[in-house]
Amino acid sequence: MTLFLGAPIDLNHVGHYVHWGVIQISVANLVVILVMVALFVLALFLPFPKGRDRR
Amino acid sequence: MTASATKWTGRTREYDLVKEFVIALLAVSVLTVALAALFSSPDEKQITISTWSRGAPNDFVLTAATELDGTSGTATYGAPYNHTPDAAQKIGPVSLQHIAGVTHPIDTVADFVVGPLTGVPADAALAAALQQWHAAGDTQRQTWASGYDDALSKAPDNDPAQVKQGDYGPAPVMLNRLLTMAQSGGLDGALLAQKQFFATDYTKPLLFIADGSYLEDRARAQHLGGDQWGMMNETGNYPGQAWLWLYTFWYQVQPFSTSDNADALVWGLMALLSLALVLVPFIPGVRSIPRWIPVHRLIWRDYYRGIRATSDAR
Amino acid sequence: MTAPALPRTWTGRLRARAERALPPEQLLPDHQPVYVTSWIYVFGVLTLAAFLVVLVSGGVLALKGPQWWHRSSAGHYFNSLHLWSVELFMAFMVIHLWGKFFMAAWRGRRAMTWITGAVCFLGSIGTAFTGYLVQSNFDSQWISTQAKDGLNSAGVGAFFNVLDFGQMLMWHIVLLPLVVGFVIGIHILQVRRRGVVPPMQLDPRDVIAPEVTP
Repeated sequence: MTLFLGAPIDLNHVGHYVHWGVIQISVANLVVILVMVALFVLALFLPFPKGRDRR
Repeated sequence: MTASATKWTGRTREYDLVKEFVIALLAVSVLTVALAALFSSPDEKQITISTWSRGAPNDFVLTAATELDGTSGTATYGAPYNHTPDAAQKIGPVSLQHIAGVTHPIDTVADFVVGPLTGVPADAALAAALQQWHAAGDTQRQTWASGYDDALSKAPDNDPAQVKQGDYGPAPVMLNRLLTMAQSGGLDGALLAQKQFFATDYTKPLLFIADGSYLEDRARAQHLGGDQWGMMNETGNYPGQAWLWLYTFWYQVQPFSTSDNADALVWGLMALLSLALVLVPFIPGVRSIPRWIPVHRLIWRDYYRGIRATSDAR
Repeated sequence: MTAPALPRTWTGRLRARAERALPPEQLLPDHQPVYVTSWIYVFGVLTLAAFLVVLVSGGVLALKGPQWWHRSSAGHYFNSLHLWSVELFMAFMVIHLWGKFFMAAWRGRRAMTWITGAVCFLGSIGTAFTGYLVQSNFDSQWISTQAKDGLNSAGVGAFFNVLDFGQMLMWHIVLLPLVVGFVIGIHILQVRRRGVVPPMQLDPRDVIAPEVTP
């Protein structure tokens, strides 16, 4: 059963890396970390729906 | 009893935990299905001793020579593979590596070279070479093996065909036959099935491959080397293990980056820091950071606003 | 009317103890204190949901064995599901940890909640590590031959052999999921038992350290 012949976005090419002093980080990992920080910040600031109070 | 420990008797609001869980499960499932469909997952083909010896035959023969003269990484590793003096890493005076003992004994001469070659049928030159090897004493064998290893290291491109003339005994024939065996795929099988048919322990073939340069060259090309923050990385452009950032960080800086005991020191340090993470509630200073960096004022701003409104009204 | 007698049977006593620690309305409450109004609170349940997707995708991989995904596109897709659900699981868990740290969520006799959470975090890292080892491809070969040095240097490699595929597979699919799953269960029950940690009072006299339970 062939479900997928290949991913639309092929990540199997040579990796892209960012160098900053002693730090070397892949673009992929950097994106993941930045998205996590963004989610954290959004979670802190976005208003949360108000529910029904009991008392 | 502190305010935080008393049971909440204040106002509550309706909060549907089960519905929240179902929504979360649906959201995560949809996200996972989408990410997997868009990006798939990496599957770099494994290296076998066969592919190694065909792709880099000189590197294979040179590595085999170091197994034969006992200078390879595995042969000089110490515990848990063998009893090499002073090989084990230490933290200060303590060597946990040494204390744990030799639990996976490996004799690189017998296990990686002589053993697999023994029983190769219908090869008169090999049989004669092995006979010469077995008939000689330890010192003579070591002289042959070291001499050949040395000569290979000095040969252009480590090419066995360009090795300087010398008395290396049966070593050249043995290693040449080992190369043939490796290229045919026989050595992969021989190293795995040495003790039993159903083999799931790849210690020997992996150690042999890791003693050479072929595996590391391919890994470094993918930024997986230890000094490349490799522990965090994945092949290609895939995200790797970002959560390992602190584990690999220490290897990049002094004194760990130049220490012979780097592994022991880094893992000792990370064991301490992991324990500290678990015990944060009991560590003065660390447990007060949330008060000094008041992110909580954002989280509970509605509640604080409510309290201020109530007290203002009074 | 006199109070009911303590049950005589072990079963009865266990039930009574469980009911005392976690009455049904506390185990599955449909109300929360008014201060539970922030999106940061959803990262715990997101982590749990991702954990379930990890288990299910892993379970499908187990159906056909560890080599299936190399030779089947369906198998490869389930491997991808497993990889991405793990990435989501780790991401949500870390954001959950950040949130709980800044809330000082260990206050009010909640040290065990923090401790079990941290143990889950470390256990998950270990489980993911064994997962990478049993991919049975180039990545596994490199990771195992490198990781062995760290583990050997600490003496751990003498009995936890990362080059032993069979051993690592069994740790990954049997031992670690059971242990991590059990600790996750304790962690969640702790949250229900103590309730969601209340806000830090504006009064600085509110003690931030956990109670030392006798």
